Amino acid sequence: MKKFNRSLAFSMAVCLGASTVLTGCGTSVEDNTGEEVEITVSNELKAGENGEVYVFNWGEYIGDGVIEAFEKETGIKVNYMEFTENEDMYPLLASGANNYDVVCPSDYMVDKLIKENLIQPIDKSKITNYGNIDPEYLKSAELFDPGNQYCVPYCWGTVGILYNTSMVDEEITSWNALFDEKYSGQILMMNSLRDAYMIALNLLGYDLNTSNEAELDAATDLLKKQKPLVQAYVVDEVRDKMIGGEAAIGVIYSGEAIYTARENPDLKYVVPDEGSNVWIDGWVIPTNSKNTENAYKWIDFMCRADVALANFNYITYSTPNKAARELITDEDIKNSTVAFPGEDILSRCKAYNYLTPEVEEMYMEKWNSVKSN
Amino acid sequence: MKNRNKMPLLAAPYGVWSVAFIVIPLIMILYYGFTSKADGSFTFENIALIAKSDNLKALGLSVVLSLISTVICLLIAYPLALILKALKFKGSSFLIMIIILPMWMNSLLRTIAWQNILENTGILNNILTFFGLPKAHIINTNKAIIIGMVYDFLPFMILPINNVIQKIDDDVINAARDLGANYFQTIIRVILPLSLPGVISGITMVFVPALTTFVISTILGGSKILLIGNVIEQYFQYIYNWNAGSGLSLVLMVFIFISMALVNKYDKEDEVSAAF
Repeated sequence: MKKFNRSLAFSMAVCLGASTVLTGCGTSVEDNTGEEVEITVSNELKAGENGEVYVFNWGEYIGDGVIEAFEKETGIKVNYMEFTENEDMYPLLASGANNYDVVCPSDYMVDKLIKENLIQPIDKSKITNYGNIDPEYLKSAELFDPGNQYCVPYCWGTVGILYNTSMVDEEITSWNALFDEKYSGQILMMNSLRDAYMIALNLLGYDLNTSNEAELDAATDLLKKQKPLVQAYVVDEVRDKMIGGEAAIGVIYSGEAIYTARENPDLKYVVPDEGSNVWIDGWVIPTNSKNTENAYKWIDFMCRADVALANFNYITYSTPNKAARELITDEDIKNSTVAFPGEDILSRCKAYNYLTPEVEEMYMEKWNSVKSN
Repeated sequence: MKNRNKMPLLAAPYGVWSVAFIVIPLIMILYYGFTSKADGSFTFENIALIAKSDNLKALGLSVVLSLISTVICLLIAYPLALILKALKFKGSSFLIMIIILPMWMNSLLRTIAWQNILENTGILNNILTFFGLPKAHIINTNKAIIIGMVYDFLPFMILPINNVIQKIDDDVINAARDLGANYFQTIIRVILPLSLPGVISGITMVFVPALTTFVISTILGGSKILLIGNVIEQYFQYIYNWNAGSGLSLVLMVFIFISMALVNKYDKEDEVSAAF
């Protein structure tokens, strides 16, 4: 859900002939964090001699060469498929027509998959590198996966405000800035229903997983009042618009903030005081998986410190893998509170829960009333 | 006799295609549209969703914006076709190719390109500020959506109109002139009635996709403007309510049928009046 669509940026670059952007996201050898990483491969097996595994992951959500390294190491042929939204992935998984062995959904979707018996409990003893995962994030994951029975965290991040210090005089610490009239026309709001409501609900002091209609109505009123001030509701575009100075304040996922700050040093990321959302994408094994053992090998490989680092360098979304974080050589990134917020920030962030279809429909109808207002 | 036996065989590829990609999906939409998500029983509640004020507003706005876009397309395309006909120079097919050249590019990319042009810090405003002119605030408004619709769908108006007008026999026009009609009388009394089929298919080919678009409003409207296409997309994408989404799609289809029927009706009337 939180992944910027790099392929879209790539095609935009091609389309507009912006050659500088082209080298930035196309053929560049250097990873996005500017670091090089070597994955140690101890075997030279041929892909397919030890069976296969069907992996269903977000688009652009794995480091360069990681799949090849896994195939060499284990001899398991990887059938790698990508999706762009949890919502795109879900019907494919739920229909049961495809036998995926390992999938990487987000928190609330994991919750939903558990409740619908579409994924199976994970035997942690089969994942030798499980200890690399920081217990802190396992604790956050318990909100949607009690006891961490079903999901092995892969990437995570927070939602916050990105603002341009050359266009904003004050230090922003509150979601209120997004509702401040002096920034009229300079605000980029998140065009994602849950995130938009999360902001309004936090500001009103309500729970971000609420299904109370009165609370949602109050949030809806707030969002309606905000609409005239909003320049646009965006998801992926926020990154380029903020870098280009098209707007002063935007809502963004923390994973993008590392990249935007490097492209435009005036941009500052903050997780507001009222609290925010912490999201976690993790590996799960569908109930109808046919190559379960190979799925375990895949998850185990993903938990290896060097592999996790290679993935982090490419994706730039925070890794829950503490062993990988130790390996980061760039001190700025290693100690970045954007990439790795401390306990003080995380304690005010909460993961999304799955909402029932009725509540989802209520959210959507209220969100539509904001949009058509 | 032999040929007639071969006819079904020749029609087979299209038959398979239309069953697989037109008939079956339509039946599925009908099925979903008229059944309840909860228990699969027959219901009108999906269709009735259109009566919700937000959905009605979205539908109304979609109709208005796509009508405006269609009219603009027509005002651009028709004179162009007349000019091409009058000029009769060899390069006219090349000119048409230039017009449809952008169609070779993905429409999503073209829409994103417009976003870059119209943005507050975009190409257009950079040019305006360079000449000391005030900035134009077009992006994220209805204007931007109309520009996007016109740009994306204009070739669909130009091609059918141009095809029809080019095929009008010069003798017909010359006869009108011989009989004393001036240039404008020729256009209105002769060319216009003869070109109506092209105009009508042009109108349908622009109006229908404009009415149902959700990409243009998302990209150029900054998602601030909710069209009926966006509402349907949300039902499918966000709450997986295929029943509600199909119900609204059916309403939209009815609208399209009505507009096509209206256009066809006038078409027939004009043919009759032209005959007299």
